[in-house]
Amino acid sequence: MASATDQLDRTFAALADPTRRAILSRLARGEAPVAELAEPFAMSQPAVSKHLKVLERAGLIARGRDRQRRPARLEAGPLKEVADWADGYRRFWEESYDRLDEYLDQLQGKRARKRGKERSDGSKR
Amino acid sequence: MAASGKTMTVTPKGDREVVITREFDAPRDLVFEAHTSCEHMSNWWGPRKYEVADCEVDFRPGGAWRIVHRAEGEEHVFRGEYQDIVRPERITWTFEWMGLPGHISVDTIAFEEHDGKTTVTTTSVFDTVEDRDDMLQSGMESGLAETWERLDEYLEVLRKRKAS
Repeated sequence: MASATDQLDRTFAALADPTRRAILSRLARGEAPVAELAEPFAMSQPAVSKHLKVLERAGLIARGRDRQRRPARLEAGPLKEVADWADGYRRFWEESYDRLDEYLDQLQGKRARKRGKERSDGSKR
Repeated sequence: MAASGKTMTVTPKGDREVVITREFDAPRDLVFEAHTSCEHMSNWWGPRKYEVADCEVDFRPGGAWRIVHRAEGEEHVFRGEYQDIVRPERITWTFEWMGLPGHISVDTIAFEEHDGKTTVTTTSVFDTVEDRDDMLQSGMESGLAETWERLDEYLEVLRKRKAS
């Protein structure tokens, strides 16, 4: 379990930076070499390479073998873990609240019937 | 989600807080009341597959609450104490899931009515940033809210890629 948490720590740390998020956004559309990834940013290729290293250590990307281009591509695994993270807590309340919706409908139906009954009782008197 | 189509938001706030917001199509008095007794809470507490096996609610400041829910041999115990009650505006209670004993949050549930609908905002304050993150099952860093929004976009793209 500790290693799963460590992995998640690394994933979140890597995602905390806007440049790295932008790089991941770009890679979601397909693999790309460093030169291309550096283009949209006012940043040198070595600076982009540093970001890529962080992403690679976090397991968010993999690098190709081609020594010249070393194209980067997205690895979906850690992102899925992040998605699972939100699930437990969210699901508990989401489902509870959906049930509360239904229950409130029931209660309101009852109340409306009761009011109707009170009114008709009243008119009899 | 699908049943009502209503959106619940979960937002990390600062280091130690999580804020959940949800709107209900009912007046405030009623939504508040649904939070005040076992009779009511047994009807909606927890995911659908669980049934409330045991419930004790002493709805007054200083009173204790305890809910046990169960499904297919799996059992979860939640408990805490009411700290403050302002009818029908606000409930403050402590919340402890016995799956992580000793890690207690203080939750304030605020009820606001507008046009016959009620917005319920729950602010959970944890003892430590680690507790907050454990509850969210994550090593979440502060400032994640923005990351999280963007992450949704990535995941959508990934899902589409996987599907195609």
